[in-house]
Amino acid sequence: MLPKLFFGYYAVVIIVLSLLVVTRKNPVHSVMWMLLLFFHIAGLYLFLNAEFIAAIQIIVYAGAILVLFLFVVLLLNLREELLIERFIGTWPTALVISVSLLILVIRAIQDMALAPPGNHSVDAIQAETHTVALGKILYTDYLFPFEIASVVLLIAIIGALVLAKRKMRSPQ
Amino acid sequence: MVPLNWYLMLSTVVFMIGVFGFLTRKNIIIMFISVELMLNAVNISLVSFSHFLQDLRGHILVFFIITVAAAEAAIGLALIIALFRNKTTAHVDEMTEMKG
Repeated sequence: MLPKLFFGYYAVVIIVLSLLVVTRKNPVHSVMWMLLLFFHIAGLYLFLNAEFIAAIQIIVYAGAILVLFLFVVLLLNLREELLIERFIGTWPTALVISVSLLILVIRAIQDMALAPPGNHSVDAIQAETHTVALGKILYTDYLFPFEIASVVLLIAIIGALVLAKRKMRSPQ
Repeated sequence: MVPLNWYLMLSTVVFMIGVFGFLTRKNIIIMFISVELMLNAVNISLVSFSHFLQDLRGHILVFFIITVAAAEAAIGLALIIALFRNKTTAHVDEMTEMKG
Protein backbone atom coordinates (compact mmCIF):
# COMPACT_ATOMS: atom_id res chain seq x y z
CA MET A 1 0.00 0.00 0.00
CA LEU A 2 2.70 2.48 0.99
CA PRO A 3 4.75 2.02 -2.23
CA LYS A 4 1.59 2.64 -4.24
CA LEU A 5 0.90 5.83 -2.30
CA PHE A 6 4.45 6.93 -2.94
CA PHE A 7 4.18 6.16 -6.62
CA GLY A 8 0.82 7.93 -6.77
CA TYR A 9 2.31 11.08 -5.28
CA TYR A 10 5.21 11.04 -7.75
CA ALA A 11 2.96 10.26 -10.72
CA VAL A 12 0.48 13.03 -9.97
CA VAL A 13 3.19 15.60 -9.28
CA ILE A 14 5.19 14.64 -12.39
CA ILE A 15 2.14 14.89 -14.65
CA VAL A 16 0.99 18.20 -13.16
CA LEU A 17 4.50 19.65 -13.39
CA SER A 18 4.97 18.59 -17.00
CA LEU A 19 1.61 20.17 -17.88
CA LEU A 20 2.79 23.35 -16.17
CA VAL A 21 6.07 23.23 -18.10
CA VAL A 22 4.40 23.15 -21.50
CA THR A 23 1.61 25.63 -20.74
CA ARG A 24 3.26 28.51 -18.82
CA LYS A 25 3.55 31.76 -20.72
CA ASN A 26 6.75 32.94 -19.09
CA PRO A 27 9.70 30.73 -20.15
CA VAL A 28 11.46 31.36 -16.82
CA HIS A 29 8.49 29.83 -14.99
CA SER A 30 8.60 26.85 -17.37
CA VAL A 31 12.27 26.28 -16.59
CA MET A 32 11.63 26.51 -12.84
CA TRP A 33 8.80 23.97 -12.99
CA MET A 34 11.12 21.80 -15.08
CA LEU A 35 13.68 21.96 -12.24
CA LEU A 36 11.09 20.67 -9.76
CA LEU A 37 10.06 18.02 -12.28
CA PHE A 38 13.65 16.77 -12.61
CA PHE A 39 13.93 16.41 -8.84
CA HIS A 40 10.74 14.37 -8.76
CA ILE A 41 11.96 12.17 -11.60
CA ALA A 42 15.17 11.62 -9.63
CA GLY A 43 13.00 10.59 -6.67
CA LEU A 44 11.24 8.08 -8.89
CA TYR A 45 14.63 6.68 -9.94
CA LEU A 46 15.56 6.23 -6.28
CA PHE A 47 12.28 4.43 -5.85
CA LEU A 48 13.38 2.06 -8.65
CA ASN A 49 16.76 1.34 -6.98
CA ALA A 50 18.78 3.40 -9.46
CA GLU A 51 20.85 5.64 -7.19
CA PHE A 52 23.54 6.49 -9.72
CA ILE A 53 20.97 7.44 -12.36
CA ALA A 54 19.15 9.61 -9.81
CA ALA A 55 22.44 11.36 -8.98
CA ILE A 56 23.33 12.09 -12.60
CA GLN A 57 19.75 13.15 -13.24
CA ILE A 58 20.20 15.89 -10.66
CA ILE A 59 23.81 16.75 -11.51
CA VAL A 60 23.55 16.75 -15.30
CA TYR A 61 19.91 17.66 -15.95
CA ALA A 62 19.13 19.98 -13.07
CA GLY A 63 22.68 21.25 -12.60
CA ALA A 64 23.96 21.65 -16.14
CA ILE A 65 21.27 21.49 -18.82
CA LEU A 66 18.67 23.53 -16.97
CA VAL A 67 21.15 26.26 -16.05
CA LEU A 68 22.07 26.44 -19.74
CA PHE A 69 18.38 26.84 -20.58
CA LEU A 70 17.99 29.54 -17.96
CA PHE A 71 20.92 31.51 -19.40
CA VAL A 72 19.44 31.42 -22.88
CA VAL A 73 15.92 32.30 -21.64
CA LEU A 74 17.34 35.35 -19.92
CA LEU A 75 18.81 36.51 -23.24
CA LEU A 76 15.32 36.73 -24.70
CA ASN A 77 13.03 39.70 -24.59
CA LEU A 78 10.60 38.57 -21.88
CA ARG A 79 8.37 41.64 -22.00
CA GLU A 80 7.61 41.05 -25.65
CA GLU A 81 7.24 37.35 -24.92
CA LEU A 82 4.44 37.89 -22.41
CA LEU A 83 2.29 39.77 -24.95
CA ILE A 84 2.29 37.09 -27.63
CA GLU A 85 -0.18 34.21 -27.81
CA ARG A 86 1.64 31.13 -26.52
CA PHE A 87 0.06 28.41 -28.68
CA ILE A 88 -0.16 28.18 -32.44
CA GLY A 89 -3.63 28.55 -33.95
CA THR A 90 -4.08 24.86 -34.76
CA TRP A 91 -3.43 23.55 -31.26
CA PRO A 92 -6.61 21.37 -31.14
CA THR A 93 -5.15 19.27 -33.97
CA ALA A 94 -1.99 18.69 -31.93
CA LEU A 95 -4.16 17.79 -28.92
CA VAL A 96 -6.04 15.20 -30.98
CA ILE A 97 -2.74 13.78 -32.29
CA SER A 98 -1.16 13.46 -28.86
CA VAL A 99 -4.29 12.07 -27.15
CA SER A 100 -4.77 9.46 -29.88
CA LEU A 101 -1.10 8.47 -29.65
CA LEU A 102 -1.54 8.22 -25.88
CA ILE A 103 -4.53 5.89 -26.24
CA LEU A 104 -2.63 3.81 -28.82
CA VAL A 105 0.44 3.35 -26.64
CA ILE A 106 -1.58 2.63 -23.48
CA ARG A 107 -3.54 -0.03 -25.39
CA ALA A 108 -0.23 -1.51 -26.52
CA ILE A 109 1.08 -1.55 -22.92
CA GLN A 110 -1.92 -3.63 -21.81
CA ASP A 111 -0.96 -6.55 -24.07
CA MET A 112 2.73 -6.54 -23.25
CA ALA A 113 4.59 -9.72 -22.24
CA LEU A 114 7.87 -9.43 -20.34
CA ALA A 115 11.09 -11.19 -21.27
CA PRO A 116 12.66 -13.61 -18.75
CA PRO A 117 14.49 -11.69 -15.99
CA GLY A 118 18.25 -11.18 -16.11
CA ASN A 119 20.76 -11.77 -13.33
CA HIS A 120 20.82 -8.28 -11.76
CA SER A 121 18.11 -8.62 -9.15
CA VAL A 122 17.63 -5.96 -6.50
CA ASP A 123 19.54 -8.04 -3.94
CA ALA A 124 22.44 -8.65 -6.34
CA ILE A 125 22.72 -4.92 -7.07
CA GLN A 126 22.47 -4.01 -3.40
CA ALA A 127 25.22 -6.52 -2.55
CA GLU A 128 27.81 -4.71 -4.68
CA THR A 129 26.10 -1.26 -4.81
CA HIS A 130 24.49 0.17 -7.90
CA THR A 131 27.41 2.31 -9.05
CA VAL A 132 29.85 -0.60 -8.96
CA ALA A 133 27.46 -2.89 -10.81
CA LEU A 134 26.79 -0.22 -13.46
CA GLY A 135 30.50 0.56 -13.80
CA LYS A 136 31.38 -3.09 -14.33
CA ILE A 137 29.01 -3.33 -17.28
CA LEU A 138 29.81 0.11 -18.63
CA TYR A 139 33.57 -0.42 -18.71
CA THR A 140 33.49 -3.97 -20.10
CA ASP A 141 30.59 -4.63 -22.46
CA TYR A 142 29.86 -1.00 -23.30
CA LEU A 143 33.38 0.45 -23.40
CA PHE A 144 33.25 1.36 -27.09
CA PRO A 145 29.88 3.19 -26.87
CA PHE A 146 31.26 4.95 -23.79
CA GLU A 147 34.23 6.24 -25.80
CA ILE A 148 31.87 7.33 -28.59
CA ALA A 149 29.84 9.26 -25.99
CA SER A 150 32.98 11.20 -25.08
CA VAL A 151 33.51 12.06 -28.76
CA VAL A 152 29.87 13.18 -28.99
CA LEU A 153 30.42 15.54 -26.05
CA LEU A 154 33.64 16.88 -27.62
CA ILE A 155 31.81 17.56 -30.87
CA ALA A 156 29.04 19.28 -28.89
CA ILE A 157 31.57 21.60 -27.23
CA ILE A 158 33.23 22.49 -30.55
CA GLY A 159 29.89 22.83 -32.34
CA ALA A 160 28.41 25.09 -29.66
CA LEU A 161 31.50 27.31 -29.77
CA VAL A 162 31.44 27.57 -33.55
CA LEU A 163 27.71 28.27 -33.70
CA ALA A 164 27.47 30.80 -30.90
CA LYS A 165 30.63 32.70 -31.82
CA ARG A 166 30.18 36.18 -33.26
CA LYS A 167 31.09 36.39 -36.94
CA MET A 168 34.52 37.96 -37.49
CA ARG A 169 33.53 39.77 -40.69
CA SER A 170 30.26 41.65 -40.72
CA PRO A 171 27.86 40.74 -43.58
CA GLN A 172 27.46 44.35 -44.72
CA MET B 1 4.81 -3.62 -5.31
CA VAL B 2 3.89 -1.12 -7.96
CA PRO B 3 3.18 -2.85 -11.29
CA LEU B 4 5.32 -2.09 -14.34
CA ASN B 5 2.28 -0.91 -16.30
CA TRP B 6 1.82 2.08 -13.99
CA TYR B 7 5.35 3.29 -14.67
CA LEU B 8 4.88 2.81 -18.39
CA MET B 9 1.59 4.73 -18.34
CA LEU B 10 3.20 7.58 -16.41
CA SER B 11 6.03 7.61 -18.94
CA THR B 12 3.56 7.61 -21.84
CA VAL B 13 1.54 10.48 -20.39
CA VAL B 14 4.66 12.60 -19.83
CA PHE B 15 5.89 11.76 -23.34
CA MET B 16 2.60 12.81 -24.91
CA ILE B 17 2.56 16.06 -22.91
CA GLY B 18 5.99 16.66 -24.42
CA VAL B 19 4.68 15.88 -27.91
CA PHE B 20 1.79 18.30 -27.36
CA GLY B 21 4.14 21.04 -26.16
CA PHE B 22 6.51 20.49 -29.07
CA LEU B 23 3.70 20.67 -31.62
CA THR B 24 1.88 23.68 -30.21
CA ARG B 25 4.23 26.17 -28.58
CA LYS B 26 5.47 29.17 -30.54
CA ASN B 27 8.53 29.80 -28.43
CA ILE B 28 11.45 27.73 -29.71
CA ILE B 29 12.96 27.38 -26.22
CA ILE B 30 9.77 25.84 -24.84
CA MET B 31 9.74 23.49 -27.84
CA PHE B 32 13.25 22.50 -26.87
CA ILE B 33 12.23 21.96 -23.24
CA SER B 34 9.43 19.72 -24.52
CA VAL B 35 12.03 17.58 -26.29
CA GLU B 36 13.88 17.25 -22.98
CA LEU B 37 10.57 16.25 -21.38
CA MET B 38 10.16 13.48 -23.96
CA LEU B 39 13.71 12.24 -23.32
CA ASN B 40 12.95 12.14 -19.59
CA ALA B 41 9.76 10.17 -20.20
CA VAL B 42 11.75 7.59 -22.14
CA ASN B 43 14.30 7.48 -19.31
CA ILE B 44 11.53 6.71 -16.80
CA SER B 45 10.33 3.78 -18.89
CA LEU B 46 13.89 2.49 -19.44
CA VAL B 47 14.71 2.58 -15.73
CA SER B 48 11.44 0.85 -14.81
CA PHE B 49 11.96 -1.84 -17.46
CA SER B 50 15.47 -2.30 -16.14
CA HIS B 51 14.14 -2.72 -12.60
CA PHE B 52 11.43 -5.17 -13.53
CA LEU B 53 13.57 -7.23 -15.95
CA GLN B 54 16.42 -7.28 -13.39
CA ASP B 55 18.87 -6.18 -16.05
CA LEU B 56 21.20 -3.18 -15.81
CA ARG B 57 21.42 -2.49 -19.54
CA GLY B 58 18.49 -0.08 -19.33
CA HIS B 59 20.52 2.05 -16.95
CA ILE B 60 23.42 2.07 -19.42
CA LEU B 61 21.02 3.29 -22.09
CA VAL B 62 19.75 6.04 -19.76
CA PHE B 63 23.35 7.07 -19.15
CA PHE B 64 23.93 7.48 -22.90
CA ILE B 65 20.60 9.27 -23.37
CA ILE B 66 21.60 11.81 -20.71
CA THR B 67 24.95 12.29 -22.49
CA VAL B 68 23.24 12.88 -25.81
CA ALA B 69 20.70 15.20 -24.16
CA ALA B 70 23.52 17.32 -22.75
CA ALA B 71 25.20 17.51 -26.17
CA GLU B 72 21.86 18.29 -27.81
CA ALA B 73 21.11 21.06 -25.31
CA ALA B 74 24.50 22.68 -25.92
CA ILE B 75 24.19 22.58 -29.73
CA GLY B 76 20.49 23.49 -29.77
CA LEU B 77 20.91 26.48 -27.48
CA ALA B 78 23.89 27.65 -29.55
CA LEU B 79 21.65 27.44 -32.62
CA ILE B 80 18.95 29.44 -30.81
CA ILE B 81 21.49 32.11 -29.88
CA ALA B 82 22.69 32.29 -33.49
CA LEU B 83 19.07 32.58 -34.69
CA PHE B 84 18.24 35.18 -32.07
CA ARG B 85 21.24 37.24 -33.09
CA ASN B 86 19.96 37.41 -36.67
CA LYS B 87 16.20 37.64 -36.11
CA THR B 88 15.73 39.04 -32.55
CA THR B 89 12.87 36.59 -32.09
CA ALA B 90 12.37 33.14 -30.65
CA HIS B 91 9.08 32.38 -32.39
CA VAL B 92 8.99 29.61 -34.91
CA ASP B 93 6.30 31.17 -37.11
CA GLU B 94 8.51 34.14 -37.84
CA MET B 95 11.35 31.98 -39.12
CA THR B 96 10.49 31.65 -42.78
CA GLU B 97 13.88 31.99 -44.47
CA MET B 98 13.79 28.56 -46.06
CA LYS B 99 10.29 29.13 -47.50
CA GLY B 100 9.15 25.65 -46.49
